[in-house]
Amino acid sequence: MSFDRRDFLKLSAAGIVVGVFPGCATSSSEIVKKKGQRVVIVGGGFGGATAAKYIRMWSENKIEVVLIERNPTFISCPMSNTVLNGSRTLSDLTQDYNTLKSKYGIELVRGEVKAVDPQKQTVTLADGYLSYDRLIIAPGVDFMFDQIVGLSSEVAAESIPHAWKAGAQTTLLKKQLESMADGGVFAISIPKAPYRCPPGPYERACQVAFYLKNNKPKSKVLILDANPDIVSKKGHFMAAWNELYPGMVEYRPNAEVKRVNVAGKTLTTEFEDVKADVLNVIPPMKAGAVAGMAGVITVDSRWCAVDFLSYESKVQKNVHIIGDAVSAALPKSGHLASSQAKVCAAAVIELMQGRQPDPNPVIANTCYSIMSNTEAVHVAHVYRYNAEKQAMIAAEGGGVSAKRSEIEGTFANYWLKNILSDTFL
Amino acid sequence: MKMIQHQTLTISCAIGLLLIAATSHAEVDAHSRNLAASCTSCHGTNGQSVGGMPVLAGMDKALFVTSMKDFKSGARPSTVMQNHAKGYTDEDFEKMAEFFAAQKR
Repeated sequence: MSFDRRDFLKLSAAGIVVGVFPGCATSSSEIVKKKGQRVVIVGGGFGGATAAKYIRMWSENKIEVVLIERNPTFISCPMSNTVLNGSRTLSDLTQDYNTLKSKYGIELVRGEVKAVDPQKQTVTLADGYLSYDRLIIAPGVDFMFDQIVGLSSEVAAESIPHAWKAGAQTTLLKKQLESMADGGVFAISIPKAPYRCPPGPYERACQVAFYLKNNKPKSKVLILDANPDIVSKKGHFMAAWNELYPGMVEYRPNAEVKRVNVAGKTLTTEFEDVKADVLNVIPPMKAGAVAGMAGVITVDSRWCAVDFLSYESKVQKNVHIIGDAVSAALPKSGHLASSQAKVCAAAVIELMQGRQPDPNPVIANTCYSIMSNTEAVHVAHVYRYNAEKQAMIAAEGGGVSAKRSEIEGTFANYWLKNILSDTFL
Repeated sequence: MKMIQHQTLTISCAIGLLLIAATSHAEVDAHSRNLAASCTSCHGTNGQSVGGMPVLAGMDKALFVTSMKDFKSGARPSTVMQNHAKGYTDEDFEKMAEFFAAQKR
């Protein structure tokens, strides 16, 4: 969290100054004193940060926004597969939170949420609490390590990285790829859908193969997919593997990894043991932990059912959920988290000002996958609210690129630049 | 006395409603703004693209509508815009155009 001097003086005047000193603080003190109508947002990714900015912008700064985030900076998952072969660095994908504070007046609180009380309408952190009129939870995904014997968050951090949140594990996986001998096998294990970023694992296979083709051409990428078929952009990925990386990428469907052996570098599926030199196991996922604390996980003990006009929870009043944590027939992408955030922001403002949300929300998704160092393909859809089904339904005319191309590789770069700007600047 | 209070209240309510009506007419309506926001992840906040994709802020209304209709029909070739344009109605194009035309470049 950060305070300027004015905030400090105001708080001193209010007689609660003890609460702002880390160490002296207790969970009984309010971290930032609530002055007017307030939205607290948990999670500063594409969803949460966009919601924060748009609530301030569209309410003309009438509604207070406090954004809680545990990381000092944001690192984009989109494009992070290209870090593995050195096409980009993590710093190219890193964005700070300074502008959200300076330009939009969003209160940033750095920390980890410990509890949510939907009745008292408070969120508790280690050094105090925050009260809210409405809460937006944008927690992304947590990994279900317990679904795979031998896997844990420690094993993932040290030896079998998922690298499914860009950061330290991306760097570890890159190092493992670079240390692999020519002739080695790089295994990628994909969980059953739904998971974050449907085409991401197949894009990763392309980016790893690009590195191997240029550096270790006798090596292989082995994909063990728990799904019965390639989940997204199938034709384009098969074409890329055949045409750009012939003989390097092997795809095995219905191959759900049940067990890992760290020392033996082995993955076990229902049918076989697979030895590999680099093990990249992407575990099954569920809504981030804060959703559980707020009691809004309602679908398969994993995801959150919401009203798609407002993204308000189906079970907790004044608690909204956006992004990957939502249960929806929508791909779990950064772009859709951002799109949902805008609908949620608009609805929250209407509701807090005594009006009804827009009854006809329309959102869009564009998702680029990078096939080499220059070429990309897209999948894009518009989704419209269907009142009868109470769901977002893909409009006709969406779909994938006609062919992979360099121009789409260029658009992909500008997509990242623009969505980061729309979210954080 | 009671009646006077009641009348005063009625009058102030009426003035209040007039004020609300006046403000909402001065701006593009919320649904048009929300529709336009579905473009802004790629085309920048309020259409102020920071590179690559065309700036939509301040775009001539007729140019926006014609472009979208041409992407939709295929008259104007595109990579991704055809997949987006087909998902909107001609009425949506008019509303988005109105919002973007009103934005500063």
